[in-house]
Amino acid sequence: MEPPRWGSIFIFPVALGVSLGVSCLLLAAQGKSPALGLEVLWSGAFGAWYTVEDTLLKTVPIFLCSLGVAVTFRMQVWNIGAEGQFALGAVGATWAALTFANLPGALLLPLMFACAAAAGGAWAAVPAWLKLRLGINEIISTLMFNYIGILILEYLVYGPWKDAGSHGFPMTSQFVPAAVVGHFPGTRLHWGVALCVVCAVGLWVLLTRTRPGFELKASGESLRAARYARMPYNTLVLLVMALCGALAGWAGLLEASAVTGRLQPSLMVGYGFTAIVVAWLARLSPARIALFSFFLAALRVGAENLQLELGVPAAFGGIMEGLILLTVLAGQFFNGYRIRPGGAHR
Amino acid sequence: MRGFRLIALLLCLAALPLLAACGEDKAENKPAPQAAPAQAEPAAEPQAAPAQGAQGEDAKIGFIYVSPTGDAGWSYSHDVARKVIEEMPGVTTSFVESVPEGPDAERVILNMARKGFKAIFATSYGYMDSMEKVAKEFPEIAFMHCSGYKTGPNMTAYFGRMYEARYLSGMVAGAMSKTGKLGYAAAFPIPEVIRGINAFALGAQAVNPAAEVRVVWTKTWYDPAKEKEAAKSLLDVGCDVIAQHQDSPGPQEAAQERGVYSIGYHTDMTAFAPKAHLTAPIWNWTPFYKDAVEKILAGTWQHQALWPGLAEGTVDLAPFGEMVPQDVRDMVLAKKQEIVDGKYKVFTGPVFDQAGKQMVPDEQVAEDKDLLGMTWFVKGVVGTTE
Repeated sequence: MEPPRWGSIFIFPVALGVSLGVSCLLLAAQGKSPALGLEVLWSGAFGAWYTVEDTLLKTVPIFLCSLGVAVTFRMQVWNIGAEGQFALGAVGATWAALTFANLPGALLLPLMFACAAAAGGAWAAVPAWLKLRLGINEIISTLMFNYIGILILEYLVYGPWKDAGSHGFPMTSQFVPAAVVGHFPGTRLHWGVALCVVCAVGLWVLLTRTRPGFELKASGESLRAARYARMPYNTLVLLVMALCGALAGWAGLLEASAVTGRLQPSLMVGYGFTAIVVAWLARLSPARIALFSFFLAALRVGAENLQLELGVPAAFGGIMEGLILLTVLAGQFFNGYRIRPGGAHR
Repeated sequence: MRGFRLIALLLCLAALPLLAACGEDKAENKPAPQAAPAQAEPAAEPQAAPAQGAQGEDAKIGFIYVSPTGDAGWSYSHDVARKVIEEMPGVTTSFVESVPEGPDAERVILNMARKGFKAIFATSYGYMDSMEKVAKEFPEIAFMHCSGYKTGPNMTAYFGRMYEARYLSGMVAGAMSKTGKLGYAAAFPIPEVIRGINAFALGAQAVNPAAEVRVVWTKTWYDPAKEKEAAKSLLDVGCDVIAQHQDSPGPQEAAQERGVYSIGYHTDMTAFAPKAHLTAPIWNWTPFYKDAVEKILAGTWQHQALWPGLAEGTVDLAPFGEMVPQDVRDMVLAKKQEIVDGKYKVFTGPVFDQAGKQMVPDEQVAEDKDLLGMTWFVKGVVGTTE
């Protein structure tokens, strides 16, 4: 990436200000007080410790998926398959949880993490292999793999894994306690929050302090130069894709195990797609990804409060989100280019 | 890195129509006139809700919907009742719409509980586990869960016997069909939907014993294009009446375009296909919700499993289209009266499954627990429950 310009520091606050301003106008147009609206939005996300917990919980799956997606993007591998990898991760973890329900937690949970990573990773490695061997465009193949992955999940919960006691509803039976990722004592936060920190630090070290990290960056910047320097491009592509699959898979595991305690189709709410947007907003830096996923989670949680307290329609939250993304990206774009009046011809 | 900026620009452009679409959507979905709390501070206390609403303060009643209330379907039908409750003295209502059934539901329910709501209505089966969890933490709040089966000391499970109205609509369809082939655009293979298809088929067979019902699953609750396509595929195999379980009027439009008949759902869908719409099994939650809220306010509410139907007015049949002849109307309304009076029950034996196995013995009525967990199709239904 190019060295940051000084203007980039101001992009986000300015963009946020503009989009909040427009949102206030929209609120006013509905006859609601904009000031009250902003206050309700804020208190919904940060008003009390438990709302911060809610926001953090919502951050976890977005963050993990986005972290993975960003690594592949760094290599200019356009993997948009985090949604499917998330589904397969949840499937892999559920398979372990249902098959080895008798194991103690100390064994079962690591096994579930391994299975989630393996399933999610394998789901990402297939399009990577197709790209390398047959030259199939990974944008198309990873997108299609999303739908296949979600359908596999649905097939399992509607079919072989359906809980006999669920009255025919599509869900597996409740996980045994040993298969549930626990909570920090006294909070609703599960250990996945800690996992996020570990993954972020681990990835930062990998990207900035190791040889594969350097090779990865070099291959992303210039494929031909990397080839010339005999960097193992094919291995690296497989590595980053599998890494992304594993991270998204863990996000799926955490949602299934720690939050709902079973596998069900409604786990799929599009975190894998949100992750792509977050990765772009954050310009692929792990630290900024953490910031932006937390911010987006706060916006979503806060917008619920807006519905509850002011009776604003749910679509309003989506509009705010769209406005913010639009203004930030536009800001980044115009910061990169300069508008020169009358300077169309050099 | 030119690629970055290029993609950023593309993303901006891609987001534009999305934004415009959001704007339109909002214009349609006129924000429900909400008694916008003039109160400045939402009292957000982490402790359990006060047992009794403080003197002079309105009891807050919360609703959680799975889809936007502007969908003219399932959530809309509940919101109609909410608006009536809103007018009741001493009551303020709020709702959160478009809440996915997974992890998000628990947070929304929990937040209502923390804000001291007196009662919370969750209107989709996927909210069941979340509601059960929160209900245990807040014993003073009345929790009402629609379309599930779990109850607790302060949690009621309720639903409507939509299958009774489905049966009547099946009679209309059976009487109006020339080919005896009825199409059914179905949502998801869960008991509620399967039960509806079966009742529809039994109703049609009561009029035309040779009637068959062809089922196509869309795996959607609201996707106008997909649901319309599903209806077209049914029309292509010779069905001449289309019924549906989803929220969108897509199947109705498909039927009208091909000049055949249709049966709506949720609400009277005549406006979408006036030439095709024969009738529709519809929801009317108002009497049930009013009664529940009155009991909650009076302190006489008790948890239970409730399953009101035609007799209670929770489900009904929409007005007949003008193409439905008088003799058919008379026949269907007579049957409706029998059901209301308790003289006839849908799923009275003998009822056979697709393979011809007798599932309900002669002269007996299927038990509620079997209906609630129904996973098989009756004879005459063409399709699978997977």
